[in-house]
Amino acid sequence: MAQPSAIIGFGQTKHAKARADLSMIGLCREAAVRALEDAGLTWQDIDAVVIGKAPDAFEGVMQPELFLADALGAAGKPMLRVHTAGSVGGSTVIVASHLIESGIHERVLAVAWEKQSEGNAQWGLAGGRSGGIGAGGAFAPYIRSYIERTKAPDYIGWQVAVKDRLNALKNPYAHLQLADISIEKVKESPMLWDPLHFLESCPSSDGAAAVVIASEAAAKKAPRPPAWILATAVRSEPSTFPGRDAVRPQGGVDCAHDVYKQAGITNPREQIDVAELYVPFSWYEPMWLEGHDIAGPGEGWQMVDHGDTEITGSFPVNPSGGVLSSNPIGASGMLRLAEAANQVRGQAGAHQVDGAKVSLGQAYGGNAQYFAMAVFSSTLDRVGG
Amino acid sequence: MPATDIAIIGWSQTPSVERSALTEVQLCLKANLAAVAAAGIDRHDIGFTCAGSCDYLTGGPFAFVANLDAAGAWPPISESHVEMDGAWALYEAWVRLQHGDIDLALVFGSGKSSPSNPTELYPQQLDPYYLEPLGLDPDSIAALQARALLDSGKATERAFAEVAARSRRSAKSNPNAQLSGDTDADTLLAGGYVRAPLRSHDLPVYSDGAAAIVLATADRARQLVEHPVFIRGIAHRIEVHQPGSRDLTTSPSTTGAARAAGHNGQAIDVAELSAAYTPQELILRESLGLDDKVTVNPSGGPLTANPVMATGLVRIIEAAQRVADGSAHRALAHATNGQGLQHNLVCILEGEQ
Repeated sequence: MAQPSAIIGFGQTKHAKARADLSMIGLCREAAVRALEDAGLTWQDIDAVVIGKAPDAFEGVMQPELFLADALGAAGKPMLRVHTAGSVGGSTVIVASHLIESGIHERVLAVAWEKQSEGNAQWGLAGGRSGGIGAGGAFAPYIRSYIERTKAPDYIGWQVAVKDRLNALKNPYAHLQLADISIEKVKESPMLWDPLHFLESCPSSDGAAAVVIASEAAAKKAPRPPAWILATAVRSEPSTFPGRDAVRPQGGVDCAHDVYKQAGITNPREQIDVAELYVPFSWYEPMWLEGHDIAGPGEGWQMVDHGDTEITGSFPVNPSGGVLSSNPIGASGMLRLAEAANQVRGQAGAHQVDGAKVSLGQAYGGNAQYFAMAVFSSTLDRVGG
Repeated sequence: MPATDIAIIGWSQTPSVERSALTEVQLCLKANLAAVAAAGIDRHDIGFTCAGSCDYLTGGPFAFVANLDAAGAWPPISESHVEMDGAWALYEAWVRLQHGDIDLALVFGSGKSSPSNPTELYPQQLDPYYLEPLGLDPDSIAALQARALLDSGKATERAFAEVAARSRRSAKSNPNAQLSGDTDADTLLAGGYVRAPLRSHDLPVYSDGAAAIVLATADRARQLVEHPVFIRGIAHRIEVHQPGSRDLTTSPSTTGAARAAGHNGQAIDVAELSAAYTPQELILRESLGLDDKVTVNPSGGPLTANPVMATGLVRIIEAAQRVADGSAHRALAHATNGQGLQHNLVCILEGEQ
């Protein structure tokens, strides 16, 4: 049977539009060194390395983990490269956790990254062909459909955009630091893909994230509290086919129910203290609240409207500032899971949610078709007892 | 090492061809359907699916996403993907099966090399700051490796040619091979150099193709098939990237992976090695301690069929085939990733005791 596993170290770079001070190698190493320091470990303590990244075409490098192996201490060890589109950072954590839960390794380093300034992600997203519509162009129709279905007022998206940027002011690693953000500014920013304004969209960031995942024995020796991984799940479904519900993809529903069941969660809204959800465009916050059955149909936007998802609300979402404030694509999913883990470790600093004991980390990718989720807890016990 | 034995219970590969009229999705679909049928299972019983491929082969970011259409991803499936040879997808699925909550997994690897030119493509696999600008292609790195091996006194150009001639002869009985025929070292050595000291026979073919394997926990495997092929050990190791930082005449990561897979010099009947260049077979033989009694690459190996990103998975299939048909008691399969044997995986297969 599966052995317990825990995140015992987390490191990330200062995310920025261009980290011109660092190579791709240096970027990954900055995050990895911080994760090792947090875990109180050295390179020699690591048994295996798992690397995640979105399409190689974003930087124009093919299988870059091959040249990163040296700097990430992988030489002489097993190294895996995961790629599951935008969900990859989450999948990378999950693949690494499997190496512990299977009993194969004691301590695994997982690193995820993107250095968008060294390439052209918009070109990459379009496959180097003309006519690319960007990720926002792909998701805007689903957002319009959500609004149509739920009769959500237009200002909901603006509220999420403001909330996440205000949260980012409490996170020194966040790329965007928009102290003067306001509903008015979001609303007045250029319309990119109706109904998404410029300020309702994620930035393009350089950044990396790293976590150390350990066995129960290794976690109990860690200098700081571990985040026990109570549950993980992944789901994939085809990009498109007649009858597919792209607003509430079945893969997202199934993935959420899988982790809730494993963790003993019967009422996610009540039993989860904080969530880090992959929200690259503002409207995805209410869409995932409903898509993962945290809120009922049409109730996701009402949670936003009532301030429930604020850092001081009853169900805080993205206290780190989320993808709307930092989007090193390949790392964004890992940041969601690792930030959720840090909350139950009590290590989230200024954006710590008071008393967080159980958290949810979620990443999605592709045409809203790949999902990776994990439930973390400050204890090894299942949530429902 | 975990205790749970995992078995290979079904497999399939498409023929390796220079240019397939099928899309990568269609190639994957053929392989997956045939592997699932061979295992005698319903695809809905598969608990985990893992794929291996590389976007750069077809030059399309997210190329792997389309392959989901060949994975039967509806209703949604528990699935992951490695940007590596399918042999590493098999490793990930083997790890996942250790958890004990699922008992069947589907693994597939695929690649269409025909849309790209390897000489232009593979330099982009190198360190982009110092190596890639040099335009070092895989043939050039392999030639450096070959030269180092010749200079070490461990091999001759004739030994390289003998590997090529034997591989082509072996491939005559492999219906999936792209290149086969009767030849000998003298004939091959009459050819000119492509990258000295390598001649065209020392270089791999590049193929379009896909391969798939169904894995099962031991109990489930015994219920489903008469002759399950058990994975007795599987492990992999990577080395530093810069070819200049490595002794290219040896493969310590292969030796380390074999040891971690539980191989301690026990008799091996058949070895299927991902030696895309003839000198690499000699290097791998030494690193694995394989003597002349071991039958190496009875399929013809990657010199005769090389569906990149499935080549390593095909090695596991070819080795499993020989265990299943009783021609080998113990077989070793090897996969590699990167240039000059940077990253190596070893899998030990046996039949029922």
